[in-house]
Amino acid sequence: MAPIVLTACQPAVLDPQGPVGLAQKMILVDSLAIMLAIVVPTITATFAFAWWFRASNARAHYLPNWVFSGRIELIVWSIPLLVIMLLGGVAWIASHDLDPAKPLPSNTPPLEVQVVSLDWKWLFIYPSQGVASVNRLVVPAGMPIHFSLTSASVMNAFFIPQLGSMIYTMNGMTTQLNLQADAPGSFPGLSSQYSGDGFSDMHFDVLAVSAERFAGWIEATRNTGPTLDPGSYAALARQSINTRPFTFRAADPGLFQLIVTQKLPPGPGPRTGRPDVSVSPRTED
Amino acid sequence: MTSFEAAAGRSDERESSERQRTLGHAAGGLASKRIITAYGFWIFLLSDIIMFSAFFATYAVLVGDTAGGPGGRELFNLHNVGIETAVLLVSSFTCGLASISARARSVSWFYGAMTATFILGAAFLTIEIREFASMIARGAGPTRSAFLSAFFTLVGCHGLHITAGLLWLLTMMAQVFAKGYRADILRRILCFSLFWHALDIIWVAIFTVVYLMGVVL
Amino acid sequence: MWGKLSWAAIPFDQPIPLIASGVVGGVITGVLALITLKGWLPYLWREWITSVDHKRIGIMYILLAMVMLLRGFTDAIMMRSQQALAFRSQGYLPPEHYDQIFSAHGTLMIFFVAMPFVIGLMNFVVPLQLGIRDVAFPTLNSVGFWLTATGVLLVNISLLVGEFARTGWLPYPPLSELTYSPGVGVDYYLWSLEISGVGTLLAGINLITTVLKLHAPGMTYMRMPMFCWTTLASNLLIVAAFPILTATLTMLVLDRYLGFHFFTNEAGGNMMMFVNLIWVWGHPEVYILILPAFGVFSEVVSTFSNKPLFGYRSMVAATMVICILSFTVWLHHFFTMGAGADVNAIFGIASMIIAVPTGVKIFNWLFTMYGGRIVYSTPILWSIGFMVTFVIGGMTGVLLAVPPADFVLHNSLFLVAHFHNVIIGGVLFGAFAGYTYWFPKAFGFRLHEGLGKASFWCWITGFYVAFMPLYVLGLMGMTRRMQHYDVAAWHPWLLIAAGGAAIIFIGIILQIAQLVVSIRRREQLRDETGDPWNGRSLEWATPSPPPAFNFAVLPRIESGDAYWGMKERALQQARLSEEPAYAEIEMPRNSPTGFICAFFATIMGFALIWHIWWMVGLAAVGAYATFVVFAWRDVDEYIIPAETVARIDRANRSARSAALARRQAAS
Ligand code: HEA
Ligand code: HEA
Ligand code: CUA
Ligand SMILES: [Cu+2]
Repeated sequence: MAPIVLTACQPAVLDPQGPVGLAQKMILVDSLAIMLAIVVPTITATFAFAWWFRASNARAHYLPNWVFSGRIELIVWSIPLLVIMLLGGVAWIASHDLDPAKPLPSNTPPLEVQVVSLDWKWLFIYPSQGVASVNRLVVPAGMPIHFSLTSASVMNAFFIPQLGSMIYTMNGMTTQLNLQADAPGSFPGLSSQYSGDGFSDMHFDVLAVSAERFAGWIEATRNTGPTLDPGSYAALARQSINTRPFTFRAADPGLFQLIVTQKLPPGPGPRTGRPDVSVSPRTED
Repeated sequence: MTSFEAAAGRSDERESSERQRTLGHAAGGLASKRIITAYGFWIFLLSDIIMFSAFFATYAVLVGDTAGGPGGRELFNLHNVGIETAVLLVSSFTCGLASISARARSVSWFYGAMTATFILGAAFLTIEIREFASMIARGAGPTRSAFLSAFFTLVGCHGLHITAGLLWLLTMMAQVFAKGYRADILRRILCFSLFWHALDIIWVAIFTVVYLMGVVL
Repeated sequence: MWGKLSWAAIPFDQPIPLIASGVVGGVITGVLALITLKGWLPYLWREWITSVDHKRIGIMYILLAMVMLLRGFTDAIMMRSQQALAFRSQGYLPPEHYDQIFSAHGTLMIFFVAMPFVIGLMNFVVPLQLGIRDVAFPTLNSVGFWLTATGVLLVNISLLVGEFARTGWLPYPPLSELTYSPGVGVDYYLWSLEISGVGTLLAGINLITTVLKLHAPGMTYMRMPMFCWTTLASNLLIVAAFPILTATLTMLVLDRYLGFHFFTNEAGGNMMMFVNLIWVWGHPEVYILILPAFGVFSEVVSTFSNKPLFGYRSMVAATMVICILSFTVWLHHFFTMGAGADVNAIFGIASMIIAVPTGVKIFNWLFTMYGGRIVYSTPILWSIGFMVTFVIGGMTGVLLAVPPADFVLHNSLFLVAHFHNVIIGGVLFGAFAGYTYWFPKAFGFRLHEGLGKASFWCWITGFYVAFMPLYVLGLMGMTRRMQHYDVAAWHPWLLIAAGGAAIIFIGIILQIAQLVVSIRRREQLRDETGDPWNGRSLEWATPSPPPAFNFAVLPRIESGDAYWGMKERALQQARLSEEPAYAEIEMPRNSPTGFICAFFATIMGFALIWHIWWMVGLAAVGAYATFVVFAWRDVDEYIIPAETVARIDRANRSARSAALARRQAAS
């Protein structure tokens, strides 16, 4: 398949492609601006005082006994406090608006995607469509997507920088995330929680396509590839690095639940050792 | 509980003579060595209690995670635990007697009280170990479930403290035998009794949180 | 017989660790040989290894920290060069090696560089500032130091025998569980921290008792130098937080050694417990590090501005507020766990509130400089560098405390930039400021100013060049702990960052050169007066280096900035105070207890790591025997006769009279 297309030439977080990322960028910039209003004067004053009150400057007043001023203490406590009150308000409101579990406002019901992080690749299950995909996430543009996430082994974090909000994946638990891509495009995604030797290759690409092309992709997927059931899942759960994207023609709709409830055993961890498994294990391939 | 009063900073006559000696001493002018030692030991005990609270917190989180295995209601025998508790409470009393007799410089009372404390402490440990052994025999060992891991660790940690306390107790008896009531030995006896009473308090918490609540709730 | 240990444990096929440990081993053998040949061993044993003198122990802590700083920096250079090279390639470090490096770097830097550095400074300075002769528990102090050394030794043994953890500096389960990390790396991590953690706890108990219970007459709490207050706060945090670390690591040990299920995927284990507990310790930990640095800056800024600290009471309050608040914010390290909006927002706001007392501190330092006469020696350069740099790092910290912003920045290089920004710009600069400031007190001569300043400029430039690109990379979506990457846009920034590390390297070379040059020119740089900076607190009342007993007679304190007050009085009356009546002094005797305890602890740790159970038993018996033998000793103090005290103090007094005469002549 084509190599991963990474088009981002500018800071990805500052180049959001969906409503969540956009709102987060705004929070980021606003918070920074609020803080700079106090930080820039502080730094300037540091330089100014350090320069002016150098011992060799005869014009500077020496105030050897000036150690307290009630008015200054008041200012010194209240200005940061006011800034923090403002910022705290921003944080409170934004935390509620941008709660990852909160559904996005939309006329269409969201597309359901189940995400499983494995050692070291991503499995995306489309329960309503009955297909699944590894290391490539295809979604319709302009439509909210609701992710349910879990992990088959160790903890990971699911992150598409240009769409916003990352979230952990944890074995035996489900986390929720809502994202949306506004327009068709291709965005890099990755794991942002270190998870072992194959971690650096745990990236995936996200293709946002038009609704028709999405339907077409589903159709095409249904016609080729292996099926995803507990058997092929067990093979997938074994450690492997740099797995090429591929798809499953059919996916067991209950599989995700079996993984979350640990009916299917968690990933087995490293197998072969180098030089001895109990000393310095190294994974296959 | 004289030791607590001493730790709280009360000094008696003997104390003040010691203070005279330490005035020019490394300790500085303000507090006597006895106060400093007790103070430091208190801080240590606080840190120990914080460690226990971490185990308590873990237990509270994991108490429901029995993974299909037995829970507290099936496992705990309040009768046994009641005896354990009584034994430990009495040992605290005898430990208090021991420190009073040390202050009164009474050797025979001291040995008597310390021996009693040792026997009670050992009895407590025996009951606990038998409880553990019977649970493991029934397949309810610490590897069975997260709940049991937390249980064995919390209670076992207290048991390890008791074991260390017993070793310390024997050392103190041997020291009094070999050295008599020297100022530094008296300070150590003070610390030992603080330690023993603290273990008692922690046990009361374990009794309540683990056993009573485990059976009743 | 030897548990899991076999020849296979030594990575013969990997040149890098082999060479590295060869070099380290060579240096150690060389040093040992030199010591034996020159016959220095008895001296070292008598004067340093068995010493219970708080000054010696403080110096040994700092020496340990500096050596480990070099090791940590080697790791940093390797990471920077790997990431510079690993664009669409594997670089020169395979993942299983790179992963050990960042884990070891983080572990070493936090536990065995920053911690010993600040504990060393506190040990050295606090009794002198309080006007007393030693800490509350001198022997325990030595035990604490040597247990820290055990931890260091274990981490470094892992370089040659076996491997180190590959989990990051905080070993999150289930990655750190036996299933996913079957090697001994995590065990090295666990045992070295369990053992050194006990040492740190002892240091904490010791310093709290010292600050709260031991003062020279008249040294009330509100007259204590600021550094003593921050020491108190930092050690309160140690005593409250380290037991939690010990408990948490113990649970992981039980999981790995005895098949318990605290944090496993199986049988109801709950890894979120670990994440919570480790950060309940971990967040206070960063304030354990920064608070003493704040103390150093308070001393340095006021000394070199020739003014008392501005707003002392406010500073005390701010310190204590930070101390308390630090336990209320741990969840900001995992906003992305999905805890819900209310929880996230509450912890986010709690985190931000810490910016208020911290800002108060910054502003009070500013007003200390205002109206001062600032003398630009090296320590104040570090302090001003800190004030600028730390404010930037603090600001990005507050940004990360806004949950929705953290949702896109968590675990990114932006985060890595934040914490190096506050740790290097705060803790490390503080450590260096303290090092240059108190060096003359410890050794009797100053450090070379020119080289010190040159080093400062390299450090600060290097810091900005090395870490500002990481902010950009974080915004570009690059996460931490990447062994390689395919994104072209990241590559130039990583090259710049590597260049920055090289500039820092020059700064380090200059710092080492400074030390060497200063030792060689120590006669020119000699500090005769004991008060090279015109200091304000009591440590400057002692000769440099101070005698074992610090003060011939405990000073009487009548005001804050105690020594400054004494000097003013002497100037007014044009003479020193009356010569006191000297008396003999009892001091604690040296004791090998600490060293022997650590010896057994090292063996026990190593045996536990490699499952050599008989050795564990042997070491446990040895440790208990040491305890009993120590308890048995009869004489734990020795007497310094009054004549000796008088002789030393008269020399000090004549140096002070001379200084007084000089100042009178000048004015
Ligand atoms: C005290 C803490 C501390 C310090 C000082 C540093 C210092 C440095 N760190 Fe560190 N770093 C961490 C704590 C620290 N770090 C932690 C906790 C992590 C996370 C680990 C993880 O992911 O788990 C990390 C991770 C980390 C990464 C990994 C990023 C990633 O995840 O991809 C990188 C990459 O380059 C890095 C670089 C550097 C560099 C270049 C320095 C330089 O500034 C190096 C500075 C050099 C020195 C400190 C040596 C100085 C020595 C002397 C001056 C000797 C003096 C001698 C005399 C005076 C005689 N650090
Ligand atoms: C010495 C170490 C140190 C210090 C002092 C700090 C200080 C702060 N830190 Fe930092 N932090 C770390 C070390 C430190 N941190 C480390 C090591 C990690 C990562 C660990 C890991 O994951 O491996 C981390 C991670 C970290 C995170 C987690 C991010 C993530 O994982 O996604 C957050 C989030 O809230 C955070 C916040 C803060 C805040 C709010 C402060 C505040 O205390 C800062 C306050 C200071 C100022 C704000 C500047 C001065 C103030 C003024 C001039 C007043 C005016 C300013 C305003 C009103 C804004 N830190
Ligand atoms: Cu947090 Cu599962
Ligand atoms: Cu924090």
